[in-house]
Amino acid sequence: MALIDLSKKEVHCKIVYYGPGRCGKTTNLVYIYNAMNERTRGKMLTIETKGDRTLFFDLLPINLGKVAGFDIRIQLYTVPGQSIYESTRKLVLKGVDGIVFVADSLKIRQRKNIDSLLDLTQNLREQNRTLSEIPLVLQYNKRDLVSSPIPTLGIEELERDLNNGRHLAFFEAAATKGTGVFETLKEISKQTVRHVADKHLFAKPSA
Amino acid sequence: MSDFVLTIPVLEETRREIESRLIDAGAHTVLIVDQAGNIITNCGKAHNGILDFTSLAALTAANFAATSQIARLIGEDDFSLLFHKGKKDSIHFARLGDEFILVTIFGDDVSLGIIRLKVSELMHRLSSILGISV
Repeated sequence: MALIDLSKKEVHCKIVYYGPGRCGKTTNLVYIYNAMNERTRGKMLTIETKGDRTLFFDLLPINLGKVAGFDIRIQLYTVPGQSIYESTRKLVLKGVDGIVFVADSLKIRQRKNIDSLLDLTQNLREQNRTLSEIPLVLQYNKRDLVSSPIPTLGIEELERDLNNGRHLAFFEAAATKGTGVFETLKEISKQTVRHVADKHLFAKPSA
Repeated sequence: MSDFVLTIPVLEETRREIESRLIDAGAHTVLIVDQAGNIITNCGKAHNGILDFTSLAALTAANFAATSQIARLIGEDDFSLLFHKGKKDSIHFARLGDEFILVTIFGDDVSLGIIRLKVSELMHRLSSILGISV
């Protein structure tokens, strides 16, 4: 649920990076954090276990400038991907305004991608929300491994598994190198801000 | 959560109540955050000028969620208040209705008892201002 502060003229939106464990959600945020100017980004908060696995969530607040006189502030969250942390994922999804689903291009992770998307759908349903009413962008990560000997999924397979009939925007990415990271962020920010503005700022009063 | 609209007069009244009850009693900083980790309002001074409110709000929501799992282990639905004691400064969290959390940061010159008393008074006042049940 976006927070609109009329006294400070600020809009706060929450974007969550969702996906299976080790798909690169935190890597996306770390790349954004390192690449952005200090004036436009806040502190990155991360709670990890010893092996660099996200335990609770990562949080990176960024500023996107002004729209219609309102300062747009985005909070980027990641969820812990491992299946045992389901209750934490539900918590982080509370009040979400936009979602990036990060999929792993490794062939061995095909089932994990599908399960994670189903888990997302189920967790939203418990909050009486559906995937179709929230801006959603897909990111097919680890595309840099396609040229390596490691078996990877083709774009057609990923599209069939995750975007079948949805016509969602998708981006090919290699988050460790930054490829596709800002393209994904730009698209989800655009969709989220538009969605929040249409719903709350420019909504015509019902007759 | 359905849309919650907080108008500027209600927000100002809320801030006045926080100032007169908790800040005047010696608390450094008081925040109201929601369960999604958004800051609804903050009063007092940013502690040492370096307090990161955004992270504090997110961790507050996470803290409540984590401890509610502990509560369930002992047969409770959740805990309505949490208190963490530091060497110099301490932090008190109180659930405000179903959606909000009142966060109070205070130094070792203020007793926990006075904070609890003032928080309790403030909760009743805020419940009528914000139209929520506590």
